[in-house]
Amino acid sequence: MKISKEDVLKVAALANLELSDAEVDSYRGHLDDILTYIEKLNEVDTSNVEPLAQVVAAAEDDSALREDVVVRADVITEVLPGAPDPEAPYFRVPRVIEK
Amino acid sequence: MSAPTTWTVPEVRAALDARKISARELVKDFYARIEKRNPELNIFLALSPERAYAQADKIDAAIAAGDALPTLAGVPVAIKDVISTHGIPTTCGSRILQGYRPPYDATAVERLERSGAIILGKTNCDEFAMGSSNENSSYGPVRNPVAPDHVPGGSSGGSAAAVAANLSVAALGTDTGGSIRQPGSFCGVPALNPSYGRVSRYGLIAYASSLDRIGPLTRTVRDAAMVMSVIAGRDPRDSTSASVPVPDYAAGLKQSLHGLRIGIPDDYFGEGIDPEVRKKVEAGIALLEKLGCRRISIRMPNTDYAIAAYYIIATAEASSNLARYDGVRYGPRVPGATLIETYQKTRGRGFGAEVKRRIVLGTYVLSAGYYDAYYLKGQKVRTLIARDFRDAFQKVDAIVTPTSPVPAFRLGERTANPLQMYLADIYTVTGSLAGVPGISVPSGKTSAGLPVGLQIYGPAFGEDRVLQIAHAFEQAGGNDL
Repeated sequence: MKISKEDVLKVAALANLELSDAEVDSYRGHLDDILTYIEKLNEVDTSNVEPLAQVVAAAEDDSALREDVVVRADVITEVLPGAPDPEAPYFRVPRVIEK
Repeated sequence: MSAPTTWTVPEVRAALDARKISARELVKDFYARIEKRNPELNIFLALSPERAYAQADKIDAAIAAGDALPTLAGVPVAIKDVISTHGIPTTCGSRILQGYRPPYDATAVERLERSGAIILGKTNCDEFAMGSSNENSSYGPVRNPVAPDHVPGGSSGGSAAAVAANLSVAALGTDTGGSIRQPGSFCGVPALNPSYGRVSRYGLIAYASSLDRIGPLTRTVRDAAMVMSVIAGRDPRDSTSASVPVPDYAAGLKQSLHGLRIGIPDDYFGEGIDPEVRKKVEAGIALLEKLGCRRISIRMPNTDYAIAAYYIIATAEASSNLARYDGVRYGPRVPGATLIETYQKTRGRGFGAEVKRRIVLGTYVLSAGYYDAYYLKGQKVRTLIARDFRDAFQKVDAIVTPTSPVPAFRLGERTANPLQMYLADIYTVTGSLAGVPGISVPSGKTSAGLPVGLQIYGPAFGEDRVLQIAHAFEQAGGNDL
């Protein structure tokens, strides 16, 4: 067994996910299966291999550069009505700082 | 007038030019079809008739004025629900985005509309594009129009089914590990996953940013080529979109296949492939040889590691991308005593089982102490898989494989075992990791009448070549094998 119930709870806390007991049980089993399967990567010798984070060719690197120009989005009036607790021009959340 | 059941892009244009139908009548006809079939098939999550009729009226006015029409004038299209559409509900098939209306259009949507296409509505999909059967949608699964007790594939199952059921002429899907190609294969329609960077991801709601792509599902390969020429190209709003020039893909279709070298990777025909799928794909390869292609056996030795690398990388990126759904800016909020508790409850109840499973896995592989063993290892193996493709394209012009090892399966048949579901993505995740284009083109049906897909991979930005081969295959009767 690679992963315990406590591991699942710890990760769920990191991800801000409330899970039911049944979910914790079922995910523990699934994750165990998947992580065991993933162990097959240990068969591959990657000692001299660079990681690949992004496939966009090196020749394209300059395409990411542009002038830093301010563009007004002006979407507040459209965005706020879709929020669960808006108070223009803000999104309201439960109190974070104690009095 | 009695409209024909099926329309291709050039047929729409010919009918409009000949004044056999107006754009408005065409839209009306498509909404009537949708109204009739959607209750059973569950393809559309939202319809956008106001916007569709406004666009149709613009096309009709242009026709009346004798103006030149753009290439997709009057073509009804469906958009996968993970792609942003201004003012039209966009939920990603998730409860956590219920009621969300984006304040802008995705670039691909904007380009389609600018070229005259008519947006009919949004198609159902696996929640946040995570799934291979459409059964992970929070709004119920789509049914496969070819066999309604079967899944349409996923995650772009609604887009594939919309085209297959003639409820739209073309559709946009998205592909992270096979999500355009596999449903295309299950529903029997051509489906192109373009090179990474070929189509702007601006407005595509992110699942795994280094893998996500937008592409077309259509009735014919020519239609896919026409849609591609519209949606492809550099977009300053997506820094990963490439400046590589966009050819007129449809104009390149007529070239002969004579002398093209097609690589057949032995590694893709091992255990796990359904015998009927294998037979149809073998017949497809024989047809390509008859059309002048030279068959060359190749090895892609790291194929066996692709699923493991993919599910590390994709879930890691997903766990980060999906952190933004916290009940503050959009979607329903489930209140808790504290802000953190509000996040936890909102996310715990808003996300479905598969999404939570992948967030947990992705968070785990990125967490302290495991990063090197899993995420870094996965990225290194990704390099080796990309190298397999690079080496293969030294020797061949295209690579031909099955799209999926199995045809469409029955609803509910595979939901119990997530790993088993993941393993069936083997032929598509390889190309996803390597960033190369791949098309699934119909290659006959099994004895039970279920479509089989043949996949053609090309080198990065070789969309013209895969479309050319797929078109010749289709024209030579590939779908009647």
